[in-house]
Amino acid sequence: MLKDITLGQYFPVDSMIHKLDPRFKIINTMLFIIMLFSGNYFYNLIIGAVFVILVQILSKIPFKISIKSIKPILPILIFTAILNLVFIDSGETLWHWNFLKITEGGIYTSVFMIGRIILLILGSSLLTYTTSPILLTDAIEYLLSPLKKINFPVHEMAMMMSIALRFIPTLLEETDKIISAQKARGAMIDNGKLIDRVKAMIPILIPLFVSAFRRAEELATAMECRCYRGGEGRTRLRQLKATGKDYCSLMICSLFLIISVMLNFIIN
Amino acid sequence: MAILKTEGLTYVYSAGTPFEKTAIDNINLCIEENCMIGVIGHTGSGKSTLIQHFNGLLQPTSGKIYLENRDIWEDKSKLRDVRFQVGLVFQYPEYQLFEETVFRDIAFGVKNMNLGESEIKTRVLETAQMLGIENNLLNRSPFALSGGQKRRVAIAGVMAMRPKILILDEPCAGLDPKGRNLMLNQIRDYQKKSKSTVLLVSHSMEDVAEFTEKLLVMSHAKLFCYEDTSLVFRRAEELQALGLKVPQIASVMQVLRKKGYHLPEDLYTVEQAKLAILELLRKR
Repeated sequence: MLKDITLGQYFPVDSMIHKLDPRFKIINTMLFIIMLFSGNYFYNLIIGAVFVILVQILSKIPFKISIKSIKPILPILIFTAILNLVFIDSGETLWHWNFLKITEGGIYTSVFMIGRIILLILGSSLLTYTTSPILLTDAIEYLLSPLKKINFPVHEMAMMMSIALRFIPTLLEETDKIISAQKARGAMIDNGKLIDRVKAMIPILIPLFVSAFRRAEELATAMECRCYRGGEGRTRLRQLKATGKDYCSLMICSLFLIISVMLNFIIN
Repeated sequence: MAILKTEGLTYVYSAGTPFEKTAIDNINLCIEENCMIGVIGHTGSGKSTLIQHFNGLLQPTSGKIYLENRDIWEDKSKLRDVRFQVGLVFQYPEYQLFEETVFRDIAFGVKNMNLGESEIKTRVLETAQMLGIENNLLNRSPFALSGGQKRRVAIAGVMAMRPKILILDEPCAGLDPKGRNLMLNQIRDYQKKSKSTVLLVSHSMEDVAEFTEKLLVMSHAKLFCYEDTSLVFRRAEELQALGLKVPQIASVMQVLRKKGYHLPEDLYTVEQAKLAILELLRKR
């Protein structure tokens, strides 16, 4: 069923990480990404892995769920590995055929790149697993607010994003309903030739568009009735408030980053 | 004779996630031919999930459904035939209209049954007439109709398939009282004429009291009872404990009985109540 698609993949459990301020979580994620790219040694990866495992445990997200987030990037992983393996030419040659050769350096780099990408995905998915999409947009709006000075419509963008996010499940549910209703009238959706299947989309798409437009109009009317006039002077229901824990998390992340960078110098 | 039978029907939504919820739990039912059946239950009691099992839109987590003694999930390629035999009209069916003309929209289901052009035409015209859709509307766009007319067109689309069982999920939601009555009368006429079984999901106790012979009561994912309408409404207190009401007139009769008037217990439509009260007055 369409409903089973995890969207924004938010995984609601009660944990320390879930409760952190979303703005700090976004900044921390950025620090984590910088940390991953701060050095080319396995030590850097190990520090990254320690960090991911730590956050994973604190966030109470089951490992099984996190592993799932790697599945879609498997082709990219394999592609990167093969490219690195074949084209990096450094160190001792272990095997060669025509112009292709596999070197020690190639193996090292491809393993390193796979590790880095996996950690990158695991770490950044933890952000979306532990933060609801609505909070995430709030945080993005806040972090981008300096751009208002150059007349960038930050509030409008954030509003559009939250409306879009808000309506994805609604429209999915609607699609599900329409599919069921047309199936009840004998429409063939899951089987048949390609052309038949494309044709079978019409009874689903037309009602879906009609209802999307109807909803958009209703929403616009409802917003006008509540005197919506854009971001100017608008206050928030959910105030984002930074607490000691948030600063603490920022400090821990910075510490990891500093250690990671320092290690490079020590090794050199 | 039983046309539809369920055995231990259970359905769990989003199994294995934090959102897991048992929508229907061990439902055993036996639905007769040629019968008008009301389906009631508070919101979230599993009515909608249950009816979607009857035509094979949802596959039960466990349990079996038999249509004319054949397990409908035994052969998946025949599921489509099941849907022609068990017609399901969802809530607010007017949102499913998509064709260019009313005629073509009503014909959509029938066309899927691979019938001949002339047969399709007869069925569409007959159904349209039964639901009071005038001929001059048939060539209009369904999106240009009023809400009530759209609803009728959508229901006609399923009725035209001439299912053995027709399930209607709140066909009167959002209609005015006059429209409700007309719609329910048309559905009853259809049931009488086609001798099929009609399941009417409703929140209005007055409607089911007046129009149905049997009642299927759902409560918290379980089947509370499946009995003759008159028998169900005798259990007024139990129904009230479930958060359901009895028809207003039945409550009035209940109060009158408590005050010492000798009125029979199976009064649940205004017409019956009127006769009983007149009878009582005459005796004085």
